[in-house]
Amino acid sequence: MAQTSQRVDVPVIVDESKCLEKCNACIEVCPLDVLVKNPETGKAYMKYDECWFCLPCEKECPTGAITVQIPFLLR
Amino acid sequence: MQILATDFGFKIQRMQTDVLVVGGGTAGTMAGIKAKQANPDSDVLILEKANIRRSGAIAMGMDGVNTAVIPGNSTPEQYVREITIANDGIVNQKAVYETGRLGFEVIQELESWGVKFQKDPDGNYDLKQVHRVGKYVLPMPEGKDLKKILTRQVKRHGVNVTNRVMATRVIVQNGRATGVVGFDVRSGDFVVIQAKAVILCTGACGRLGLPASGYLYGTYENPTNAGDGYAMAYHAGAELTNIECFQINPLIKDYNGPACAYVASPFGAYTANAEGHRFINCDYWSGQMMLEIYKELNSGNGPVHLKMYHLDDDTIAEIESILWANERPSRGRFHEGRGENYRTHGVEMNISEIGLCSGHSASGVWVNERAETTVPGLYAAGDMASVPHNYMIGAFVYGRVAGENAVDYLQSLDHLEPDADFLAAEQARIYHPLTQPNGIPHTQVEYKLRRLVNDYLQPPKSPHKMEIGLEKFVAYTDTLTEMGARDPHELMRCAEVHFIRDCAEMAARASLYRKETRWGLYHYRLDYPEKNDAEWFCHVNLKKAETGEMELFKRPVEPYIIDVDLKEEVYDVAVR
Repeated sequence: MAQTSQRVDVPVIVDESKCLEKCNACIEVCPLDVLVKNPETGKAYMKYDECWFCLPCEKECPTGAITVQIPFLLR
Repeated sequence: MQILATDFGFKIQRMQTDVLVVGGGTAGTMAGIKAKQANPDSDVLILEKANIRRSGAIAMGMDGVNTAVIPGNSTPEQYVREITIANDGIVNQKAVYETGRLGFEVIQELESWGVKFQKDPDGNYDLKQVHRVGKYVLPMPEGKDLKKILTRQVKRHGVNVTNRVMATRVIVQNGRATGVVGFDVRSGDFVVIQAKAVILCTGACGRLGLPASGYLYGTYENPTNAGDGYAMAYHAGAELTNIECFQINPLIKDYNGPACAYVASPFGAYTANAEGHRFINCDYWSGQMMLEIYKELNSGNGPVHLKMYHLDDDTIAEIESILWANERPSRGRFHEGRGENYRTHGVEMNISEIGLCSGHSASGVWVNERAETTVPGLYAAGDMASVPHNYMIGAFVYGRVAGENAVDYLQSLDHLEPDADFLAAEQARIYHPLTQPNGIPHTQVEYKLRRLVNDYLQPPKSPHKMEIGLEKFVAYTDTLTEMGARDPHELMRCAEVHFIRDCAEMAARASLYRKETRWGLYHYRLDYPEKNDAEWFCHVNLKKAETGEMELFKRPVEPYIIDVDLKEEVYDVAVR
């Protein structure tokens, strides 16, 4: 099957200057398991566009690096 | 085609436990704790697809309890009467009674663990009336940490927890549930768990209909709750019931949370039409109330809204502090993003996507007052078990009932070695998408399936449309084999689409079978617009027959234990 990549405005925004490389707090609590670490930078990012905008990632981030926006389709 | 986990470099993990709880949400955490309390020597394992610290319907807490039967305020008998009327008589009263009888003990135990419920200045529970007659709504303005508190208790009680493993099938041998199979959604490992009793607590089927926004995960229910338990119980041979009694909720338009009259109406807010007039006299969520909302939305008086702008500033600020901090904490930023303010405008409301959820309506895996399904050793609790209008307290109560009874049941039982052919077949089914990473992505397969659900099943229900829908859902079994996945995470979503398809077929067949209208909008049939007690005062149950076909049949309503005159006491909430 031919592949294409589609740009998506993702709800979970990570401020990389605040994200701690050794911390997995957001990744561990996400119910949908959509957050992962970028293996090159050690920073978290939203890999899968499957967000319930429920906010555990934002609330449990120890440095306030995460902001969750309402998904564009609902905004 | 033989496909094994090891083909992809995954391991096979084997575990054994006495009690296996599938799903660590409201019901599941309580089931685990209660099983361990009942027998501290038993091994109890909670299996969770996410992480129990923030999973399930109350991942971000809860702003109030809807079914609190507290001595001095109401009685279990009153509660049973209220739910019997709200659910048009189709209830197993003995099961509903347990929620009323044990709910207060649950609230007291939660309090002893640090959960806070609202009290008046005299220290009494500050109950509010939202139901038609009684006061059962107890606010929890500080309910945001519910899941953290439950997680702490799970650990303190010595309950084992395995996070990020998704169950896909219940193992049934010698006519009883003997474990589950599934896979680790991060490592991909195939997981086989032998158990003496299995308690399914996997929540609603919240990803059945597609929200009007088109965002697959913008559902009312936590989208991890994809009907896993409904489908697993079905394939295990258990009966399901009232599936045609859909869950449909009045929500903020475009947002996945309620406006929410349960919280705001005790402060003086109410649901109004575009002209600001009341059109319902009770905000309790029932099919009858949803039908009035549907009618108003489709009249010249729509849209409808939650009206608060007549209240004073302090009152509105208090409502905001509750609604924006618990259960759906993104609600505030949703409004802010749109420049909306409760002080000047009503909160525009719409009808949610359809789902299956006994917590709000009545559809679920059939259970009796002991939380037993029709398969020995298989229990169910929470939003997926058939006790109507059970909400959070009912989930806690039935988690407790299931946990205690499961421990009692398994005492003389041994583990059984799972059948090798069964394990091979399940590996072939769940890992298939990895054999074709360029197959159709699960997102597209799911989107189309759920759009078909909207097109053909969204009430009001038309028989011809539902027949077309059913044909498409059955044919979709082949479409599922075209799905491709590139990693264990995508495999999880693919497995969920299988569950959604199973639920869609059940929803179509059950809706076609009941040839009358009942539960207001939930089962409003255009070809049979009236209630017909003579033929349909019964449950519609379904199960997987020996042939593998879906079999539907009538199941009589259990004799009432509390008299209710359904001819006299009709649930009518319309303002005329």
